[in-house]
Order: sequence, then structure tokens, then C-alpha cells
Amino acid sequence: MVLHTVKKVYYPSKVPPFAPQVVPYQGEGVTVRRQEVVGYNGDEAVALAVKQSKVDVVAAYPITPQTIIVERFSEYVADGEVDTEFVCLESEHSAASASIGASLTGARVFTATASQGLALMHEVLYTASGLRCPIVMAVANRALSAPLNIHNDRSDMMGSRDCGWIQIYAENSQEAYDWTIQAFKIAENTTVQLPVTVNFDGFVISHAMETINTLADEDVTGFLPSRKPIFTIDPEHPVTVGSLFLQEYYFEIKRQQEEALQKSAEVVDQVAKEYCALSGREYGILETCGMEDAEAAILCMGSTAGTARSVMRKMRAEGKKVGLIKLWLYRPFPVEEIISALGNVKALAIMDMALSFGAPVGALCSDIATILQLRGNNLKIFDVIYGLGGRDIRPAEIEGIFNEALSVAQTGIVKESVKYVGVRE
Amino acid sequence: MVLSLKELSSEELYAPGHRLCAGCGPSISARMALKGSRGPLVVSNATGCIEVSTTVFPYTAWRVPWVHSLFENAAATATGMEAGFKALTKKGLPNKHIDVIALGGDGGTFDIGLQALSGALERGQDFVYICYDNEAYMNTGIQRSGGTPLGAATTTSPAGKKIPGKQEYKKDLLGICIAHNIKYAATASIGFPNDYITKVRKGIEVEGPAMIHVLAPCPLGWRSEPSNTIKLAKLAVQTTIFPLYEVENGKYKLTMKIKNPIPVEEYLKLQGRFSHLFRPEFKNVLEAIRQGAKERWERILGLCGESS
Amino acid sequence: MTEDEKPLGERMKLPWRQMPIGGTAFQPGSSTEYKTGDWRIIKKPVIDHKRCIMCLLCWIFCPDVSITRSPDQVEIDYYHCKGCGICSAECPVRCISMVEE
Ligand SMILES: Cc1ncc(C[n+]2csc(CCOP(=O)(O)OP(=O)(O)O)c2C)c(N)n1
Ligand code: SF4
Ligand code: SF4
Repeated sequence: MVLHTVKKVYYPSKVPPFAPQVVPYQGEGVTVRRQEVVGYNGDEAVALAVKQSKVDVVAAYPITPQTIIVERFSEYVADGEVDTEFVCLESEHSAASASIGASLTGARVFTATASQGLALMHEVLYTASGLRCPIVMAVANRALSAPLNIHNDRSDMMGSRDCGWIQIYAENSQEAYDWTIQAFKIAENTTVQLPVTVNFDGFVISHAMETINTLADEDVTGFLPSRKPIFTIDPEHPVTVGSLFLQEYYFEIKRQQEEALQKSAEVVDQVAKEYCALSGREYGILETCGMEDAEAAILCMGSTAGTARSVMRKMRAEGKKVGLIKLWLYRPFPVEEIISALGNVKALAIMDMALSFGAPVGALCSDIATILQLRGNNLKIFDVIYGLGGRDIRPAEIEGIFNEALSVAQTGIVKESVKYVGVRE
Repeated sequence: MVLSLKELSSEELYAPGHRLCAGCGPSISARMALKGSRGPLVVSNATGCIEVSTTVFPYTAWRVPWVHSLFENAAATATGMEAGFKALTKKGLPNKHIDVIALGGDGGTFDIGLQALSGALERGQDFVYICYDNEAYMNTGIQRSGGTPLGAATTTSPAGKKIPGKQEYKKDLLGICIAHNIKYAATASIGFPNDYITKVRKGIEVEGPAMIHVLAPCPLGWRSEPSNTIKLAKLAVQTTIFPLYEVENGKYKLTMKIKNPIPVEEYLKLQGRFSHLFRPEFKNVLEAIRQGAKERWERILGLCGESS
Repeated sequence: MTEDEKPLGERMKLPWRQMPIGGTAFQPGSSTEYKTGDWRIIKKPVIDHKRCIMCLLCWIFCPDVSITRSPDQVEIDYYHCKGCGICSAECPVRCISMVEE
């Protein structure tokens, strides 16, 4: 079954590439709710989404470029605008641990981090998913030390990609806002009952002011009723959580967890549909642009898609058949949706904004290569490593990647399976 | 308020059938702690012997909600539990107050979990942290910790020809906790159940963080007779090696006066981990243990306004 | 042996779909089912009830919750007692003796 994918046009009439598109919803009998347009950066947009999601517990710890989220949220607390228990922990390890403790009481829980913070949480991430705690965490993706760098790349989340969390990547502030609200509904769905990370590029999204459409509080509440947990640590029904599982039992629990994660894509799909009915903004598993007739395409995540779309506009005008696939959902990996989105494309460039040291290709490319091989599909692919430590990817570079992909499509020859773009040679 | 044994509930919130060693002191400390409970409670347990051996799936010895997440985060997990209950109470959800107890070994408290503990104490989290101190990382096979006393042999501080066991004194855990200006902090020993259980109850009743550091001998790691567990827990106090005191709102009080201390050798000689110290070449270590105990005892007496 | 008679540990060797979510154990105190009495190596504690003064010290000190308490008597639960000898060592009137099994 192929879940919902969104087709976007590459020549949005007169809309600048980064501006939000309010696509009027065309479903049956649904009126899209009135929304307020505000100017927010990505972090502020997420903080607002958390406020509107009536989160019970926020476990906070500062790290650039995520800090604005917890700062804004603490202002909501200080101004009495929320009932949330706002706890400032003494490390991200503890913030993630407290999130688990709170989640087990049945509370709705949010935390946020980036980079070193996420790396410090690493072992706790596995515990949260293993104990099936539906925590939502915003990650403003940032490079990992050393050397120290506070700017955007995705080494942080990519380094923890096997942690069992649902992983979503947002393209801009609007998407970060929208996905944060949806994330709670996905995580807390009792068939899922897994934590979710909403990733967005540090600075590029977290600190860039954009106009975003925000829902009214009551509309969010209507969409997201309070959490109904399967079980809690209720003294009237004592449970033991986090036992020792010996060889005879552990494997089954992990198999079950994997199934829940794989199946969660259907819930992501369902929630996106409901959210679209409310907001008019269409989400799904991935988004394509121009893939109907594309000969060569780029597959990417996050803010890179915005630049790629605007480059496409120019190239399409020149008659070049290029296309774009942007993943919203990275884990679970949307195999069917990607295969189906590929259409008849002859060459694909995969954009990895993180190094997977010593590996044959970057993580995203490795996933794509795997699914193609499993399907006996010998589509020509190559990996692009770009944007490390906040290095901008310029439209001209993306155009170069498209052209490279076009030439691979024509010749059938991949000259370099890993291409470093934007690095001084 | 000192609870007498007859007053204690015969309801067992901690069940038999767990896999802790015969004569395990930490087991006694966990059971006694629950005897001090005042109502609904939840437990956050750090990785260690108690955690591993009481919850071998599908069996569990716990009749209260119990959570193990990781080794170093018992206090942080407890923080989340408390915050969760608080938030839900605002919505009228749990209709009763639920006490939160965190349980960690000396490794999980003195060492790897110290940061999380300090954070929780500083934030004024309303919970009781109980550190059951068996003076080494036992679950991984008896390695030294910040709680291991001077001279004790462990697998990472062995008694060699040159180096006679651990070279450092035990860390002053309670001192560190008291420095956070918490309302209640106490040492305890499983050898004195009334005193210990009363302290746990006091800690629960305090609003805000409370810290209990309870000595819990481990026959395996101390290389002592299982039947001597309680005897050792008493001797540690009676020799003044492990003074029992409490600090309530900054006021120190000695809870067990020791008029005529028993010589420390009486305590040490029952434990294989100290047997090398009775070799003539390591006389000085024995003397240092004696001296260390004396200094600590006098310091605590001074703080408690008692004279020796 | 019917399915219900099997020990919990066997009954819970379930196909993965049927395992409890997150590995949560939903039967509080289920360790009671688990026999630790066979850990006793040589000796078991025996109480001389005539001399017992019901001080409850053995009850509170037992690491294995193997001394049960009723208003007028303490009793040893040999299904769980590991034979550590603490009760015998701590009894102030020495009415618990460790006897060979
Ligand atoms: C981060 C991490 N490091 C190391 C371990 C391995 N480990 C598990 S239990 C343990 C020792 C626990 O010692 P202590 O806290 O003193 O408790 P005890 O075993 O003595 O009851 C260690 C080192 C772990 N589980 N997690
Ligand atoms: S090793 Fe020590 S602490 Fe661990 S179960 Fe055995 S006696 Fe108890
Ligand atoms: S011998 Fe040990 S386990 Fe058995 S009843 Fe006595 S104290 Fe309990």
C-alpha cells in the first residue's frame, strides 16, 4: 500500500519559494479553519505549537539553535498562559530521562534539543522508544563537535537514526509548527505509542523569521484531545516498567517495537489527512515535484527542498526535465512511497547533510540504495554530501547537481558515487 | 516519632521470589524503605543489583508502580514522575497525592548519577532519594566506586603485593547533599530498622527533596557470611565508621549515640575485602582507617553539638 | 501440564505480537511464584515457637520476605527462604536454629 504523498507544483504563481502556500483544502464538506498570520522564526513557531498542544510537562535544557523554543515557552509559563509543568533540567540526559518519567504518568510531554544535546541523550532515546513513551521532541539540527560548530547539518539526528523514534523533517517554520502539533497525535495514538522527533534545520529554519499561518487554540484542542494512555504508573494498578529481559524474551519485545514503528506510517498518513482538513495544508509521507515526467531528480529533506524547488522553476523553463522528492518521514523509511514517487526517473541524486564516517555513502543514500537493490531496480544514483557545519548550499550548486543527474540519466554512467558539494578542493 | 516494628504494616509491597543473593543487604534496605511509605507511591530505580534481581521478566517483586530507565538517571526520572503527577493533578486526574521514591546504589549515586541527583536536589523536587550503599559496583562484579572505603579490595582495586586495596577514602555523599540546603538528609543503616524506617517516613513527609544514605552490606562483595549482614550493618555504626545522623532544616542531630565505640577491627575482620589489611606490612592502612573514622566521628559530633 | 499450570516464566514465552507493550510487567508481586527455596544449601531456619517473644526482628530483617507475620506467630516460608541465617543470627533469644535439611 502506498500512503499519501503530496504533489507540489514547481511554478507556484508569484509566490516566492520560501513563503507558505495555503492550499485550500478540497475534501468533502470541510471548511478550512480561519487562521492568523504571524511572523515567527522556526523555534518560536514550535513553542507556539507546544503551547497550543496543551502539553502537560516540558523538560527543558538550552542548546543553540533550539534554545529559543524553551525561552519562549518559559515566557508562556511566566505569563500564566499555560498550565504546563516546566522543568529546567541540569542536562539533556536528564531532560530526556524526566520526559520518560513524566510520560509514564500519562502526561503529554515535550522536550527539545540539538547536536551535543541529542548526542548526550543517545542512550535515553532508546529507552524512551523501548518503553513506548510518546514524547515529542523538536530537534533544531546542528553539526556535532569536534571541531565545535553551532550551525546546521544533520549529523546529530543521523547519528541517532536507529533509536526507534519516528523521525520527521520539516522544510520551513510553517512545517515545523504544523508537524509539532501533528506529532503529538501520531505519538499518542495507542497503536503507535512511540516518541517522535520533529527535525528542522538549525538557524536556516530555527532563527529565520517567516510568516506562518497559525490555527486558533480551540481548533488545535479539537484536533488534539488530551492524551489517553494505554497504561500509566498508577498506584491502584501497579506496573513494573523497564524490567530485565533475558535471552528468552528480549527479541520479541524488540520485534514488536519495530512493527509499531513500521506501522506508524499509516497513522502519520491518517493524522496528516485530518490536519489538512483543519488547516488546508496538505501533508503526507513525502512530497514530490515534477516527478510525473522527470528524467533526473534530487531526493532531499528539510530546507534544501525550498531551494531545489526554486532552481527547478528555472530549469524547467529551460526545458530540463528535473524533479524533486522531499521526505517528511525519514523513520519509518517510506519504502513504497519512494519507489512509487520515483516514477520513470533515470537518475537520482541523494542529498546527505551528514557524513557517515567510513561508510560507502551517506545514511540517506544508503537507505535508498538498499531499497532499490531489494526491488531489483537499477536506477542510477549518486550521493551528495553537502552543507556540513552550516555551509550554505547555493542555487547554482543545486543546479549543478541537477545537471549532473541529467547527464547520468543520459549516459547511464555515474562518475562519482559520492560527490562533495560546497567544500573547497 | 520513632516507628516501632509492631506498628509497621504487615502488608508486603516488596514480594519474595526475587533473585538477590542470600543475605543481601540492599534487599533489606528496599523492603524496609517501603515499610516507611505513607500512601500511594511510585519508585524510580537505578540500574544495579536491586533493579536487575527484582524484575527478571516476567517476574517482579514490586507491588507498587516501579520504573527502571537507566543507570545514572533515577533522580531525573523521578523528577519527570513528580512533574507528570503535578500536571495531571491540575487537571484533577490522580485524585490523591502520590509520593515519589528514587532508589540507587552507591555507583548509581556517588558516581554516575551524582549530577542528576544534584540537579533534582537543587530544583527542590518533591521526592525521597534513597542511596543503598553496598560500597561498590556489585552488579557488574564488585568494582570500586566513590563509596568504596579506604583499603577495601574490589576487582578494580585489588589487594596486591604493593597496593593494598582502594587508596582513597569514601566520598562524603551526605555532605554533598546537605550542601544543597535540602530540608531533610540522613544516614541510616539496615541494622537499625526503626531509625531507618522513621527517617524514610520523615523524608517522605518533607515537602521538597529528602536524601537518605543507607548502609547495606553485601555478603558477596564484602566477602562476609550472609548471616552477618545485619551484624555488620550494626558494627559499622557501633565502631563509628558509619555515624547515624540527620539534618533537618540545616540542624544536625546525632540519631545514634555511641558511648564506647567498638574497635574498628571487629568490623573489618568479618569481611574478606579487608583481610589483607591484617598483614603486618599494611598496618598503616589499618591505622589510616581508624584515624579517618575518628576524624569523621568527631566532625559529625561537632556538627551535632555533641561532645565525645 | 496444562497451559495454566505452567510457571509464569513459561507462559510468558509468547509470540512477539502477544508480548506486553514495552515489556511492561502487569502482575505486581509475581515473583512470589518463583521458588527460591531451593537456593538453601545445607541448613534451614527452624523457629522454636515456645521461646519466641514476637519481637519481629527476624521478620523485619529477612531479605527474602520469608518470615510471615500473624498477630501471635511468625512463620517461615520455605518456598522462598534462601537460608541466609540472618533471622537466626539476629534473634535476641536465639529461638531460631539453623538445622540441616
Ligand atoms: C551508563 C552505564 N554504564 C555502566 C553500566 C553497567 N552497570 C550496570 S549496574 C552497574 C553497577 C551498579 O553499581 P551500584 O550502583 O553500586 O549498585 P549495585 O550493583 O551495587 O546494587 C554498572 C556499572 C550501565 N548499566 N550503564
Ligand atoms: S551482590 Fe551484593 S548487593 Fe548484589 S544481590 Fe548479592 S548481596 Fe545483594
Ligand atoms: S534464613 Fe534468611 S531467608 Fe530464610 S527466613 Fe531466615 S532471614 Fe529469611
